[in-house]
Amino acid sequence: MEIVFALAIGVMIGSGVWLLLRPRTFQVIMGLSLLSYAVNLFIFGMGRLRVGAAPIIDPLQGSQPTLYADPAPQALVLTAIVIGFATTALFLVVLLAARGLSGTDHVDGREPDQT
Amino acid sequence: MRLILIILLPFIGSLIAAFLPSDARNREAWLAGAIALMTALLVASLYPHIAGDTGIVRVVIPWIPALGLEFSLRMDGFAWLFALMVSGIGGLVVIYARYYLSPADPAPRFFSFFLAFMGSMLGIVLSGNLIQIALFWEMTSLVSFMLIAYWHHRADARRGARMALIVTGSGGLALFGGMLLLGYMAGGYDLDKVLAAGERIKNDPWYPAALGLIAFGALTKSAQFPFHFWLPHAMAAPTPVSAYLHSATMVKAGVFLLARLWPVLSGTDAWFWIIGGAGLCSLTIGAYLAVFQQDMKGVLAYSTISHLGLITLLLGMNSPLALVAAVFHINNHATFKASLFMATGIVDHETGTRDLQRLSGLHHAMPITATLAMVAAAAMAGVPLLNGFLSKEMFFAETVFLDRPGWQQVILPLAATVAGLFSVAYSLRFIHQVFFGPPAHDLPHTPHDPNRWMLLPSGLLVLVCLVVGIFPELTVGYYLRLATNAILGPEAPVYSLAIWHGVNLPLLMSLAALSGGVVLYRLVLWRTADTVPLLEHFDGKRAFDWLQTALAAGADRAMQWLASPRLQTQLLVVFLVVLAGGLWPVWMAGGVWSDRATTPLHPAFGLLWLIGGACALAAAGQAKHHRFAALICAGGAGLATSLSFVWLSAPDLALTQFAVEVVTAVLLLLGLRWLPSRIGPKAGQPRTLNIRLRRWRDALVAVACGLGLAGLAYAILTRPAVDGLAPFFLEQALPKGGGLNVVNVILVDFRGFDTFGEIAVLAIVALTVFALLRRFRPAPESVPLPRQQREQNAAEGVDEHRLPNLAAKLPAGPMMLPAALVRLLLPLAMLVSLFFLLRGHNAPGGGFVGGLVLATAIILQYLVGGTLWVESRLRLHPIYWMAFGLLAAALAGVGAWLAGRPFLSALAWHGEIPLLGELHLSSVLLFDLGVYMLVVGATVLILVAIAHQSLHSHHHKAPAKKRGG
Repeated sequence: MEIVFALAIGVMIGSGVWLLLRPRTFQVIMGLSLLSYAVNLFIFGMGRLRVGAAPIIDPLQGSQPTLYADPAPQALVLTAIVIGFATTALFLVVLLAARGLSGTDHVDGREPDQT
Repeated sequence: MRLILIILLPFIGSLIAAFLPSDARNREAWLAGAIALMTALLVASLYPHIAGDTGIVRVVIPWIPALGLEFSLRMDGFAWLFALMVSGIGGLVVIYARYYLSPADPAPRFFSFFLAFMGSMLGIVLSGNLIQIALFWEMTSLVSFMLIAYWHHRADARRGARMALIVTGSGGLALFGGMLLLGYMAGGYDLDKVLAAGERIKNDPWYPAALGLIAFGALTKSAQFPFHFWLPHAMAAPTPVSAYLHSATMVKAGVFLLARLWPVLSGTDAWFWIIGGAGLCSLTIGAYLAVFQQDMKGVLAYSTISHLGLITLLLGMNSPLALVAAVFHINNHATFKASLFMATGIVDHETGTRDLQRLSGLHHAMPITATLAMVAAAAMAGVPLLNGFLSKEMFFAETVFLDRPGWQQVILPLAATVAGLFSVAYSLRFIHQVFFGPPAHDLPHTPHDPNRWMLLPSGLLVLVCLVVGIFPELTVGYYLRLATNAILGPEAPVYSLAIWHGVNLPLLMSLAALSGGVVLYRLVLWRTADTVPLLEHFDGKRAFDWLQTALAAGADRAMQWLASPRLQTQLLVVFLVVLAGGLWPVWMAGGVWSDRATTPLHPAFGLLWLIGGACALAAAGQAKHHRFAALICAGGAGLATSLSFVWLSAPDLALTQFAVEVVTAVLLLLGLRWLPSRIGPKAGQPRTLNIRLRRWRDALVAVACGLGLAGLAYAILTRPAVDGLAPFFLEQALPKGGGLNVVNVILVDFRGFDTFGEIAVLAIVALTVFALLRRFRPAPESVPLPRQQREQNAAEGVDEHRLPNLAAKLPAGPMMLPAALVRLLLPLAMLVSLFFLLRGHNAPGGGFVGGLVLATAIILQYLVGGTLWVESRLRLHPIYWMAFGLLAAALAGVGAWLAGRPFLSALAWHGEIPLLGELHLSSVLLFDLGVYMLVVGATVLILVAIAHQSLHSHHHKAPAKKRGG
């Protein structure tokens, strides 16, 4: 499980970094999405992987910490997901405005001199 | 208390002055005059304390006691004399300025800054703490900038002000460094402590550095060689500003500080050479240059440099008597120079010019002005029976009796006499060319004596020159001794201020300077050239300009070397640095893997990520040319992420991720429409080697980053978990938070404040998006309808400009059936979202998820029914939702105060209600409701704002119509 989880993070980070280094704004926005998936998974993974141990207290079993997954990274990631949506929206609007102003979707706001 | 008032009054006055109407010259002048008078009276009223046993008045207001920071004011005899001079001459300049400023000049700005300057100057004088002195010092630099640039429509004023600010500002920075060193050496920043630590400081290895920095600060402020060049350019200021800043205050701050720190820093060879050397150079060069100026204010500017050089030289001589002479000359120079500046301003005001070549014979037309100017100029030249003579005699005496070896004993008296000679020559020229000779006829205005109120300040100052010059011991002797004793302490020398000391060498030097000056003027300078002989090419301003250009060019070059304007390069550097930072500890420590038992791999999980990983790679590959495909693929990776959350015991995350996936997809789909169409690489154009190399390099970096983070993740996952916060949250969720869903309890209760901040960020981002889109202008080729829509419209024979039939029960066309469905869906979705919200505390769900579900349902209405059709039926006000959401969350937080608990503490009520049964009500539900409403509002606001752009595109298309919203 761990190895697949780690590789999943790695693949999404690699794809995200590749996209961030590309010249077009849409590539960058896609890259940021992939990076945020990976980073959320990474932070979530800090609580270690547990199967069938959602941090919802079962009154019958009591609140013995070993019975449940770590809730702290989950709480962190939950808000991160929502904020991630907000930043994606902000970035999208900024890139649309930049495109309207500069007439290009290159990240530098103008087409490179030689291509 | 009075001490605090002395500092506060000018600043309060400055604030009031700033808000008076712009034509209220009289009120401004009354205000500023009253403030200056009150300050002067307050200073004077402290005299009994100063003259008393302790001789020092202190006020200390603790500020941050834990750090030993305090606001401390301290007044001794020296500060008292200086404060009296600053406030007294300030008052006189105010009267003068009232008549000098024309009705067109904005009076509030002048008097406001003038008072602020007076306050800052008094701050320097009265501060009892080194850091505080540096603070007020900077304030004088800043305010003097505003005053010099008062006529900011004039280029020379702006340039002069900027130069003064750069020179004195950099000096202030150095001074701050010097003060820090000084405080470090003395073991504290309190002035008393520093003054008592003189011996220790002089033997400290840091002494030379501190001296250099403080000297740099003081010399730039006092316009001393080689930083003197800013002063002549600062003459672009209105004359009252020059009269105040360049006689009694700004430039005197430097020598004040040198005198203030004299007991601490003087007495060494370094002090003698740095301070004395700069003083000597300024004294002679300033006097020489003053002789050749064509502008009356130019003469005064260079003469100010020269006289301040004299003071600086005296301070640098390491002799107590020289210090006495310096303090005396500080005051004398202030009186005659202020009065001369005023006379210059009067001449300028009445004739319209300050050009020495054009002015002539004015004493016929302006006899009073001429008389006053003559007396003041005589004092400047050092004519007997005037105050300038006394301090100049003391100066000559000091140069003669200076205890230095060999040639230094010859050169100093010689230089002093020569400088005196030049000073006589320029004073003579100043008076003779302006007031004598045939009356000039081609002046811009017909000259006459001004209003007597304009003459009064100058007259009073001249009176002081005369009285002090004739009865020195009776008038100022006592106060001067008070001031110098405050600096020198018990070792103060005995001296007498008398006009006649018998025939001695200093007197002969004075006579030589006087007669030589007259002869020089008669012989050589009767007809002056436009240029300065010998020193023409010696120009500090040119060096300053060169330095400025060189610095700017150097910075540009450094930027070219060290930075790139290209985002890709910047990001590459960021990633490389992060990669290096991540690999470094691994490289150093080694041994990454650990042996915690791993969870057995389920094949389905492997399959899930096989698809998820492929999706991520595909998204990376397709994002350039097939945006829609890339979007779908990224969504696939997101889905895999959500499913992983389901699998790995994080139901809340999974729900949120699902919901966010939907709204993100809608968002990006809405955005796609405004991006340029991109065609694949042309077949005939193979990629250049350069591009291929770059792609390989980027791929390498990406793979390295991916492997790095995968390795890091694996390394952590295979280590045993630490007992972090988890046990606390899990054990206390029920007893303290009253909820079973620990993640939700953390969000709305334990870490509610974080969540509060987060939803505030969400609201801010939504408003920013909304605001940005209000002014959105799409690129021209994106304005027409997309091809698909055009073709569809053409196939169905629909006019694209026709508005949809808003009265129809369902939109016509192929969307009719889906529209019916989503309308049915809306109440269901509302129910589900409320269900998620309400149960969130005990089961997966909560405000975030609930809000996203409702937002999705609303967006679906828009997608299917069309913006206009939906908005004709459903008026949502997302901004109200956001506002009420924030208010509800804040209310839940503030409510705790009513119960006397800290912000956002949960309040719960548990009880029985008839019919409904057992009920548990908690303020966290209100908080979560706030989150819910805010998420709905923010999400809908963002999406609808983007969706509306398509409506606006009708307006973009038709410029004849008025552009809407």
